Order: sequence, then structure tokens, then C-alpha cells
Amino acid sequence: MNNGAIIQIRNLHKTYNVGEVDVPALRGVDLTVEKGEFLSIVGPSGSGKSTLFHIIGGLTPPTTGEVRVAGEDLSALTDAGRTRLRRGMVGFVFQKFNLLPNLTARDNIAVARFIAGKNGPPEAGFEEILNMLGIAKRLDHKPNALSGGEQQRVAIARAIVNHPAILLADEPTGNLDTENSRAVLELLRDLNQRLRQTVLMITHNPEAAAYGDHTVHMRDGRVVERT
Amino acid sequence: MTPRLVLENVRHQPMRSLLSALLIGVPVTLILTLVGLSHGMLEDAADRTRGIRADIIVRPKNSSLVSMRNGIPEDFVKYFARKPHVKAAVGVLMQPVEGITMMMTGIDMPAYNAMNGGFRYVAGTPPQSPDDIVIDEYYARQKKARVGSRLKILNHSWRVAGIIENGQMAHIVANLKMLQDLLSAHGDVNTIYLKLDNSANTEEVEHELTSDPRLEDWPILSTEEMASAWSIDNMPGLKPFIYVVMGIGVVIGFFVVCLSMYMAVLQRTREIGILKSLGASKAFILQIILAEAFLLGLAGTIAGVVLSFGSYYLIGTLVPASIQMKIVPVWWPIAGGITMIGAILGALYPGMRAAAADPIEALAYE
Repeated sequence: MNNGAIIQIRNLHKTYNVGEVDVPALRGVDLTVEKGEFLSIVGPSGSGKSTLFHIIGGLTPPTTGEVRVAGEDLSALTDAGRTRLRRGMVGFVFQKFNLLPNLTARDNIAVARFIAGKNGPPEAGFEEILNMLGIAKRLDHKPNALSGGEQQRVAIARAIVNHPAILLADEPTGNLDTENSRAVLELLRDLNQRLRQTVLMITHNPEAAAYGDHTVHMRDGRVVERT
Repeated sequence: MTPRLVLENVRHQPMRSLLSALLIGVPVTLILTLVGLSHGMLEDAADRTRGIRADIIVRPKNSSLVSMRNGIPEDFVKYFARKPHVKAAVGVLMQPVEGITMMMTGIDMPAYNAMNGGFRYVAGTPPQSPDDIVIDEYYARQKKARVGSRLKILNHSWRVAGIIENGQMAHIVANLKMLQDLLSAHGDVNTIYLKLDNSANTEEVEHELTSDPRLEDWPILSTEEMASAWSIDNMPGLKPFIYVVMGIGVVIGFFVVCLSMYMAVLQRTREIGILKSLGASKAFILQIILAEAFLLGLAGTIAGVVLSFGSYYLIGTLVPASIQMKIVPVWWPIAGGITMIGAILGALYPGMRAAAADPIEALAYE
């Protein structure tokens, strides 16, 4: 065991049941992520990147194997336990932003705090993060009044408002133009460097992957290379 | 945060929310209209009974509150008039003319005037000829009749001689002899009103009359007893009918909310996935759905109460004499509560379905 590791995965398998057919999505993944690391995960469609994310983020349980996130054994967690993990341990950033369309940017962030059992405005330091994200003056707008880049930055703010141990970004630039993509990637790198935020990012884009400290290559449900 | 989330969800789909609230309001209106009609018609009957200002009312043998099959020979009026403490006895003949609620009452006007001082008129005069009738304000409004108008009732053309204030015995008052002729009920009445020398003697006279073996099975009641008898409890079948309508209210509320929330949950599958990805528990998701159903139920109750004023206005405008509706505020929370139960029950299935949703599938929902 590596004491500095925030994620430790050993021989992880995940099989989905599609009708009467078993579809293996992960076939023995081994992965270690250090605290404060920015790790890019690349691979073709169907290589198991998203499934790996979903397991690390507690959205679905592993079929077999060992997965430890911040010391928590995910294979032993119940549905309620995984819900608790998502509430405090991980923050998600999705390709499609996934903001609640009925709420303003401020309320989208507030709802994450509320679900985590925190009431009232975020800590004083969070104002600085909002400035860094460039959305401090856009908080009273609903998602449909925000550009794609702004929506993704609100999603990042929402993902980190509860100080999660891990930030999971699934194709965060997939729906953005080049300029906004670069801005979002730099923000993720800033968060990683300034706040020592552990970041795992799925991407198809080699340029985006280069923002990470390391890159993990996946194929056919396995990690085939780490650079 | 939960109220904000729920409120914004409702606001985000204004047409769905509005239609749901209106549909939920329908059973509320149904219940309030039925209860309002029950109260209105019974209170109108009670008011008109009290408005006679008699002390004792004698109904035909074996008759009930709402049915008077047997006539009473007019000679009986004289029999009652000779009883101790009886100052005046007036026999009247009541005949349904439109349905069972609209009665034409034939009276001997001089005898009636002698008993209680006569009707209070808002227009016109007492009848001047056998073909003259007086009608109350309700009936005048329903028939758009004025003094001098002619109305065809019981296949006979009557002239409206006067319009009296509401709440005085009858909606339509005709000449007793004329009505007896028309109904071939010569010499018959079907109710006798007794006015005593002193109202304090009512109990004594009533006791004496009911103790007379020859008057066995004759409903003999004080005016107050008769007026009080016009209650929901004394109307056979009315309470069960109200309960049936209440049951329908629960069922409609259930299905409307079930359908509405089921649609809402489907529409918001992705949002439910987002909340789950943020760590929202099943209880939190269920709470949001139930709170939204509660809000729709509340809005539906308000809509239903407002719509019941529409029923009240329509009934009061179109058929004020045939049926009377009353606004009964004490029933607002009852009707609302009944519908709310349906709404909450209806939201349970969609709510539990949302709570159990797989977050990955929900997030992938387009």
C-alpha cells in the first residue's frame, strides 16, 4: 500500500448485464493515484474510462476487485454508503455540464452544499475561487443564460464547493470551443496546483491530456500504459 | 433549499403546473359545490319555514319531511283552530311545479294575513284576482319576471301581482281555491300552520295534539323543530352521496397527480441523476417529489375554492329559486385535505421510482 495514494485500485472488474448478456467493461484494472495528482485518462470509446470513473465516483459498485478511495473500501459500500461518498468525497464535472436548468448558477452551487449538509454561503475563500473561475458576476443567471464555458466553470465551482478529495472530470472540454477548452483546462490545472486538488480527467484530446501530470492509457477495459 | 428547488421546478413548467392545479381543483369544486348546495337548499327551506311565523306545523298523516302524499280535508283546519291557545289556523296546499324543489303554495290570503300580518313585498301588490300569484325575488330573478309578467305554471297562465322578499314560506304563492281547482283537490290542503296566543305555549299545545290518538302518525312539529329538521342528517342518502363525491375527489386527485408527477419525473430524469451525482439520498429525492405534489395540491385547493365561487355565481344567476348554493368556508380545508391525500398518494409511486433511479442511466437520459 502506498500511504500517499488517494486512490488504490487492484484487479478491478466490472461487468454489466445487458438483457441476458454479460458485457465486461473493466477486465482487471490496476491504478494508483497520489494525493494532489492531476491524472489524465485517455483511450478509445468503450475502453472503460467512464466505467472506471463511475466506480471511483461511487455511482456504481465494482463487480470484483479492490477499490479504495481516501481509505474507503468501495467494494464494501452499500448504496447509501456510495451516496455518502459522492456527497463529500468526490466532485463531478461532466461533458454536458449537467447544471440544474431551473436554478441559477448560485443555487446550483448552493444545492451541492445543501445536499452535503452545509447551510449558508460558502467559506470566504470560495469567493476567490469564483473570481479565479471568472463567474463571480454571473452567479444570478440560469444555465440557459450562460455560455458553454461559463456553464462548465459553474459546474467546476459546484464540484469543488464541498472540498472533495477527488475531482472527476469526464470530457470537461468535449462541448467547448478551443478558447473555452483551454480556459477550463487551465482552471483545472490551477486548482490542482494552487489547492493541491486531486484531479482525474477523461479526455480524447492529447493536448488536453497533456495538462495532467501523468496520463493513463486504457484499452479494452484495462490500463495499458502510464506515462 | 428544498422549497426553492420545488418552487423552481413548478415554475419551470408553468403550463403543466397550471393544468395540474386546475385538474386537482376540480374535485375540490365538486365537493364544495355539493356541500354548498346541500347547505344552501336546506337553509333556504329552513328560512322559509321560519318565515311563516307560525308556531306549529301539521303535516298529513304518514307524510315525511319531503313528501306529502295525503291531503288533509279543509275542515280539519277548523278543528285545529278550536284547540286551546290556537289563535289562527291556516291550511295551505303545496304542489311541486318544477322538479321536487320548486313548490307552488296555494293559500287563503286573508287567513294568512290574519295569522302573521302577510308578506313583505319588494314590488307590486297582493293578488287581486284568482289568476294572480306572488313570487319571491329568487323566482323573479330566475324567470326574469316583473310585476305584470305572465308565467305559465301547471298549464295555467298566471299574472305576477307582486314580488315578495325571499325566505317567506314559498317561492310561488297562488290562490288556494284556484290551485285546488287546477289539481282537482277540492277542499284539500296538505299542511296546516297554527299560530298560538303565546309562543311560550307551543310545547304544551304540541304535546296535547300529539297525545291525541286520532292524530297518531301525523307529523306535528313546532316551527323550530321543522326548521331544524332541514339538515343533512335528516336527508336520506345525502351523506353517503357526499362521501361518494369525496371518494371521487381522492381518486381524481390521485390520478391527476400520479400522471403529472410521473411525467415530471420522466422529464427530469437527468436532473434526478445530477442530484444523485451530488450525493442526494433517496429520501431527499422522494421529499422533493412529495413536496411538489403538496404544492400542486395546495394550488389545486385554492383553484378549487375559487372555482366553487364560479359555481355559486352560476347557480345564483341561472337558477336561484330552484336550487340554492351557499359558500361553506369550513369545508375548504376538508375538501383541500381530501384532495391533498389523493395528491400525496399519487406522487408516491413516481417519487419512489425517481428515488430508485440509477444515477448513471439518469445522467445519460436525453
